[in-house]
Parts: sequence; structure tokens; C-alpha cells
Amino acid sequence: MATSVLFDAPGPKTVRRHRVYTVVTVLVLLALLALVVMRLADRNQFAGDKWEVFTTPRYLDFIFFKGVVPTLKMAACGILGAIVLGLVLGIGKISEHQWVRRPCWAIVELFRAIPVLMLMIFFFSIYGIYHGTSGPFWCVVWALSLYNGAVLAEVFRAGILAVPKGQAEAAYAIGMRKSQVVWIILLPQAVKIMIPAIISQMVVTLKDTSLGYAIAAPGLTAVARPLYLEFQNHVPVYLVLAAIYIAINLLLTAVATFVQKRFVGERKQLQVAMVGEAQSERSTGAV
Amino acid sequence: MDAIADNYQLIAISFATTILLFLFASIGSLLLGTLLVAMRVGPVAVMRRTAAVYVTVVRNTPLLLILLFFSIAAPKIGVNFQFVRIVIPTGWGDIRMTNAFAGAVVGLTLYTACFVCEALRSGVNAVPLGQAEAARAIGLPFGGVMRHVVLPQAIRAGLPPLASTQIALLKNTTVALSVLVLEAAYALKQLLDANPGDRWWLLVAFAGIFVILVELLSFISSRFERRWRIA
Repeated sequence: MATSVLFDAPGPKTVRRHRVYTVVTVLVLLALLALVVMRLADRNQFAGDKWEVFTTPRYLDFIFFKGVVPTLKMAACGILGAIVLGLVLGIGKISEHQWVRRPCWAIVELFRAIPVLMLMIFFFSIYGIYHGTSGPFWCVVWALSLYNGAVLAEVFRAGILAVPKGQAEAAYAIGMRKSQVVWIILLPQAVKIMIPAIISQMVVTLKDTSLGYAIAAPGLTAVARPLYLEFQNHVPVYLVLAAIYIAINLLLTAVATFVQKRFVGERKQLQVAMVGEAQSERSTGAV
Repeated sequence: MDAIADNYQLIAISFATTILLFLFASIGSLLLGTLLVAMRVGPVAVMRRTAAVYVTVVRNTPLLLILLFFSIAAPKIGVNFQFVRIVIPTGWGDIRMTNAFAGAVVGLTLYTACFVCEALRSGVNAVPLGQAEAARAIGLPFGGVMRHVVLPQAIRAGLPPLASTQIALLKNTTVALSVLVLEAAYALKQLLDANPGDRWWLLVAFAGIFVILVELLSFISSRFERRWRIA
């Protein structure tokens, strides 16, 4: 670890000490693993009939079409809505007119502070209840759009502000109007910087679709119940579902990393602060 | 408006539960997150790998799935929290901290810890290598390098993302609704069902309280930031 800010390259004594630590860690990990495996075996969780369902085509179909597909659909609709909303709010936040900037700022701060689940519950009570099976679906999509739109507004704003100043000045100098400068000069360049941050936000959106469980929305989290009620395999079901979520998210993350390398290079991914005055101060200071 | 005036006791109790969830999970996640980051940036490769795997796995799993695991699946393998049974009686009703509450705290702790770890790690990574090298070059021992040079900078850089994780934790306590902890979102759901006429008022009230709590947290963090800022 010669490259760490915390440590020097270890000497012979330290190397020996680290070896001891390594052995101890491995032993502890093995002990933990053994404990978990024994506990699972003890409660008969490795029995074939508890896992067989995950190799049965009929149930795989069920998990895929009732679980994965609705989850992806909700995430896709949510992120689309979020991008549109984020674009409007983000550009609104850097508007020159106070009467545009202030409300946009307020909306962004508000929806970043309200828990997504509360928005879902609320939409469910005013809309979802009355619209059958598609009701909860759209409640989830709207809640995700609003929350992630507010987050993406910050990404868009930071992305646009990250475009070198000379670009806008040159555009004005050749006589472009304000809207032309934004749409033709700034946004196309900003998109490149923003795409990785947007994909990261997709991971958040995808995870948050699971919250629809509370309002009986479809999705990967909701398929657990029928499965464990039929097969009494509570533990395997949740382990497998978690694995599916993790796989999809890692795939998205890999895409984000690839895009980052391809389009942005070594520069750090756009960081978005959470909520509050201190953060917004700093993020304006950074660009 | 009546729904809020009539049910102020339920609302107060539910937000008290939310805040308790937050406090316990906050302490837990800060401790576990610190342990994780110590492993993550430490010199022992196996520990680094372990912490990295933990962070990758947990942060790509939806929080709800973790909470449901502790509520539905874990009892089947003998992991339950039946021994937790604290009921705080107040004049407005009981604040119940039972097995559901404990399971939610454990889930929130495990989940938030990996974000705490990443926040602290970003703080350590923000310190340029040259700082430590210069400190060693002028003859500071390891403790001195840490105490006077590396950690002060790492903490300053790590504080804002750390505050973000705690704000996210506060909002994530609402997920405990799905494992039947009577916290703010649960109360909101009950009241929305019972008082269809007052839905907008209920939303305004609950969202308002949440905004206040979130702003409070971010105010505290900005205070610390200001106090520790280098002139």
C-alpha cells in the first residue's frame, strides 16, 4: 500500500503483523460463514423443495414477467419523468428571472426533503385506490419522477454550469439568443458530463421501485409473497430476489462506469449534494 | 384540518417513533460504518476486500428487501427480536419498541452503514498523498501524521457526504411502514384512509414536519462545517 495517504510501505515487522491480521480475519469470516450455513442447514433451508422453484420454468416466468418486468417498467417510466422534470427545474434554477428561479428552487428543495414513500402513499390515496391494478403502478412512477426529478435538477444545473464559460460567451458573440445558447450550445455539451450521474440515479430509482410494496404495486419485491406462501421458502426467496436486484444494479453501474470513461474521461462524476442550504452554497461555489 | 387537530396525539407518537428509529439507526450506522471504513482503507488486503464486498452487496439491495428479510424470513431461521419489548407509556399513547422496531433498526443500520463507509472513504481519498508525504518528511511519527495532517482534512472533506447519509437515513425510516412499525408514514397512511376529506392537509402537515426535521439536520451539519472550516 505504498500509494495510501494513511500508511507507509510496510517494513518486515509490519508485514508479519499484517499476515497475522489476515489469518485472523479469514478465520473470523470462515467462522461467520460456518455459523450461517449451519443455522440454515439446521432449519432445513437447503432442502431441495425450497430451491426447486427457482429452476422451474413456470415460476421463473412468473418471477420475470410479474417481478422483473414491472420493476424495470416502473424504473424506466420514473427516470423518464424525472429527466423531463429535472430538465425543466434545472434550467429554471439557473434562469435570470427571480420569479422563475425562486419557485424552481423551492420545488426542488421540497421534493428532496419529503420521503418518496410518503408521496407514494399520498398519490395512492387520491388516485391509486380508484384505478384498479394500474393505479399503484402510476403512483410509484409519479412519486419517483418527482423525487428523482428534484435530484436530477441539481445534476442538470451543475452540468450546465460545468460547461466552460467561453462557450456561452462565444455563442452570444455570434448573435445567438438565450434559448439557443442553452439548447444548441450548453445542453449538448452538458449531457456528456451528466449521463453517468443520471445512470447512477437510475440505480436509486430502481431500488426505490420496491417501495411500491406498501401500496400493493407490482414488482420484484411483491412476487415474494405468493412464492413463500406456496413453498414456505421465506429465506431462499428473499436471498434470490436480492441477488436479482444486485445483478441488475451492478449491470447499470457497469454501464455508468463505461459511459463515464468513454465520454467524460478522468474527471470525477458530478456529485449532487442532498438537501439544505449548506450544500447548495458549496455546490455553487464548486463550479 | 380536523383530522390533524383530532389526531395530534397519534401524529406526535408516530413522529417520536420515527425520531427514535433514526437515533438508534444513526448511532449504529455511524459505528458500523466507521468499522467498515477502517477495514476498507486499512493495510490488510483481506479486510479491504471484505468491506468492499459488503458495501457493494448491501448498497445495491433495496432497503425494503432488507427490512422484509428481518421481518419475514429471519424468524424462520431463528433470528428474531422477541426479546425487545420496550413500551414507553406517555399521556398521548404508548411508544412501542418491540421486535418489529428492533428489526427495522437493525436493517436500517446495516443499510446505512455502507453509505457512511463510502462517505468517510471519500473524505480520506480527498486528502492529497503529498500531504502525508510532507508530514513524514518533516519527521512526524504515524500518530502525528494522522492527528495533525490527515484526519483533520479527511473529516472536513467527509462531513458533508456524511450528513447526506444521515438525512437519507431519516427519510428512509419511513420504509419501516412496510414492516408494521408505527412511525410517521404508517400514521399518515392510517389517517389518509380514515379522513378522505383532509388528504391535502395531512400531506402538508406530514411533509412539513419532515422538511423541518431534514432542515434541522442540515443546519446542524452546516454548523459543524462552519466551525471546522479553515479560515
